[in-house]
Amino acid sequence: MQELITRAKELLENGTVARVLGWKAGDLPYNPEPAYFTNAEELKDFVYNGFCGANLSKYMIEASKLEGKTLVCLKPCDTYSFNQLLKEHRVDREKAYIVGVGCKGKLNIEKVKSFGIKGIESVFGAEMTDNADTLTFQTIYGEKTCSYAEAMLERCHVCKGKEHVIYDELIGESKDTKDAERFAEVEKIEAMSPEEKFAFFQKELSKCIRCNACRNVCPACSCRKCVFDSTKFDSAQKANVDSFEEKMFHIIRAFHVAGRCTDCGECSRVCPQGIPLHLFNRKFIKDINELYGEFQAGADAETKGPLTNFTFDDAEPSIVANR
Amino acid sequence: MQRIGVFVCHCGSNIAATVDVKKVVEMVQMEPGVVHAEDYQYMCSEAGQAKIAAAIHEKNLTGIVVCSCSPRMHETTFRTAAERAGLNPYMVEIANLREHCSWIHKDMEEATKKAVILARAAIAKVNLNTPLKPGESLVTKRALVIGGGIAGIQTAIDIADAGYEVDIVEKTPSIGGRMSQLDKTFPTLDCSACILTPKMVEAASHEKITIYTYSEVDKVSGFVGDFTVDIRKKARSVDATKCTGCGVCQEKCPSKKAPSEFNRGLNTRSAIYTPFAQAIPNVPVIDRDACMKFQTGKCGVCEKVCQAGAIDYTQKDEIVTQKYGAIVVATGFDTIKLDNYDEYAYSQSKDVITSLELERIMNAAGPTKGHLERLSDGKHPHEIVFIQCVGSRCSDDRGKSYCSKICCMYTAKHAMLIRDKYPDVNVTVFYIDVRTPGKNFDEFYRRAVEEYGVNYIKGQVGKVIPQPDGKLLVQGSDLLDNKQILKEADMVVLATAIEPEASVRKIATMLTASIDTNNFLTEAHPKLRPVESPTAGVFLSGVCQGPKDIPETVAQAGAAAVKAIGLLAKDKLMTNPCTAKADELMCNGCSTCANVCPYGAISYEEKEINDHGIREVRRVAVVNNALCQGCGACTVACPSGSMDLQGFSNRQIIAEVDAICR
Repeated sequence: MQELITRAKELLENGTVARVLGWKAGDLPYNPEPAYFTNAEELKDFVYNGFCGANLSKYMIEASKLEGKTLVCLKPCDTYSFNQLLKEHRVDREKAYIVGVGCKGKLNIEKVKSFGIKGIESVFGAEMTDNADTLTFQTIYGEKTCSYAEAMLERCHVCKGKEHVIYDELIGESKDTKDAERFAEVEKIEAMSPEEKFAFFQKELSKCIRCNACRNVCPACSCRKCVFDSTKFDSAQKANVDSFEEKMFHIIRAFHVAGRCTDCGECSRVCPQGIPLHLFNRKFIKDINELYGEFQAGADAETKGPLTNFTFDDAEPSIVANR
Repeated sequence: MQRIGVFVCHCGSNIAATVDVKKVVEMVQMEPGVVHAEDYQYMCSEAGQAKIAAAIHEKNLTGIVVCSCSPRMHETTFRTAAERAGLNPYMVEIANLREHCSWIHKDMEEATKKAVILARAAIAKVNLNTPLKPGESLVTKRALVIGGGIAGIQTAIDIADAGYEVDIVEKTPSIGGRMSQLDKTFPTLDCSACILTPKMVEAASHEKITIYTYSEVDKVSGFVGDFTVDIRKKARSVDATKCTGCGVCQEKCPSKKAPSEFNRGLNTRSAIYTPFAQAIPNVPVIDRDACMKFQTGKCGVCEKVCQAGAIDYTQKDEIVTQKYGAIVVATGFDTIKLDNYDEYAYSQSKDVITSLELERIMNAAGPTKGHLERLSDGKHPHEIVFIQCVGSRCSDDRGKSYCSKICCMYTAKHAMLIRDKYPDVNVTVFYIDVRTPGKNFDEFYRRAVEEYGVNYIKGQVGKVIPQPDGKLLVQGSDLLDNKQILKEADMVVLATAIEPEASVRKIATMLTASIDTNNFLTEAHPKLRPVESPTAGVFLSGVCQGPKDIPETVAQAGAAAVKAIGLLAKDKLMTNPCTAKADELMCNGCSTCANVCPYGAISYEEKEINDHGIREVRRVAVVNNALCQGCGACTVACPSGSMDLQGFSNRQIIAEVDAICR
């Protein structure tokens, strides 16, 4: 982290960048939040640790409109989102100075709490420099520990890899944290009967409070005006009429990001209700891989996604009937 | 609020027998905006149209819904009628009560309920319709014919004779197509080459016709009246302007092992070759895969022997870009692969052949110089069995569901020719049915049976078993005699099903012309517009549309030419006003719409936008109305919903869905 701050100061001072987009400490030891830093003084609040899950690439849409370059800290998986935004002309490469930051897996505080660790006052082992496999918490009930790996976000268990796909420079080491099959959860749902599937999603989606956090954090949900906020389609009103609302909202959202979603997992990370929203997107990704060949959105900023491209080898529509 | 008139057509009894039209009239009157509703026996008739005009005048209608047949049938009729009465034609909507309702339902109550719902949806849409105005586009007075067989040649000659420039693109080194491979033609038994080659010469020497052989269509853009086509002239490795066609190169070429495509692989050809002696142009090509110079770098014989200095090993593919007003597809057919029919031992015995291979064997210029002989040992056959419907009229997915149409006739022809030339040969034909409709066709078949003593057996062959002595044991059944037949034969000829040339799929995709499940190109209307594709400006000639014999192909080729001429004769065309339009305030500039647009109609501009007081330069989508064909691909791909189709807006579609779900 110190290396990051030093370099950020340097780039601010020599005028390469006008601001730094990173994370600052929150009111609790485990809730750092995205923040801009415009001078060395402000950088004293800069943090980067295992709780910095937020994907900062989407902030670059607004930052691209600002005067001068913005230093943006992107983890390996965040760089996929940046590439996808670049492909969609939503961010300006010239306005970004990308520092690829190392990542050894990000933590899920809800997971930690589920281990019975509550009243946390401070955390040890979450810093990038800590190589410990164990997290140690000072709580109001005394010292508690848990395994770092077990406290990781779901997305880190199916990590896309420790390579940054776009950057100007790299700071810090990354660790490949993949220890699970990416589509295992999807396959479990696919194996369900239609009734079981319906019951599953009914149960999950009925928790939705329509706070829009998933949409607001999603780098693929980058429309100037979301269809759900527009009066042009009558869809906002339609979505309000009954309990079907949440289902429609999430299903429509999944369709809108299909083929563009990089599987960054932010939707599930920010959901206050703990709905596994990434499952919808991952089902689409799995289908796309099966029908059109392996495709990772955001792997580069040029390749046309299979859903917005036509090739003579494309699956015929009739294939849907056979599935 | 619109003032809507609803006109319910009985379509004689087509609709009225299944749908209670009076009830529909009664129900639609309760819909918002409807101020007039009536029914009539034939709304499309003059009297029906007069009723529409009268109502428009009397009730000051601002929009109308016609509940009738498919819009593909009469939308234009009713739009024109409305326009004559002073209404914008795009204020007319059709509720399809015939194809979508009466024809597919039996229960009157249910059908009436559905008819009301369909009418309700159309009314909901008209409520949101806005008047649209078509633009104009110019017509390029030049036609492209894809395929240089008899269909393409005839179409090209007919269009050229009307005074328009025509280009033929043929992928093989010569025009002529399948017909050039045939020996004799039914039902007159005149020699195929004798009637085809003069046509080939006529096309080649026509001042309005340009022929691109050994060329393929690479890319098509644009729309009716204004297509832009990239033609790839594949590298011939021979300079056509220098070549005299003397043929020495082919004689001297040391690499003579390539299978001859023209002779269906029954013999071989040299690496530098013209497919047949009468090829047009008489300019050989080098098959680079077979050429030693290209494969090993050592040879160059053809270059040394060519007096004209026409050999050019460095030649590269060349792209010719040309504009066309009309495109005629004449890609023809091929016989199916027989992998699924191994019971006939095609892959096991050289003496089991397809009918097209027999044509080559019977032909004086063929691999056996016209002598009927077994390909395995060169011996004269005494017993020949023909098997009909190999892959045609197939009820499972091994073969084709359709009748290939030409096989009954050519088999009768083959049988007759063999019996005529070699009376010592016994000919047996196994058939399911003999289908010979056509002028002088049945007489022809009867002659084969009655005068030439061809033995026709109604029944199918289950298996052909090659014997150690080289004979073929044919296991069949005689359905009329109800007995099993075991027959030894020297040769077996399979009337192999025909299917559209494989390249048609790619061409159809480039042209956005629709094809059916068998890869035949679809007509705009199976009865009333049989030579037009549903894609405007694309016409169909020959077997690419469906199985046909030569007279039918030539007739259709002429018909396609007339349709193309009708288009080329116009100076301007009205363009469809139902084009896409981007809402600049909502556009993300993400390029998704441009990526999915099949017409290249969408580009991007950096534009200063005033979004409720926020002024900024944004990248926004701009639609070229002349190029946009209104397919709507962009509107569904657009993540923000800013792309909309005029006349089919998202709101209108949703209103229709809402009306149906109400």
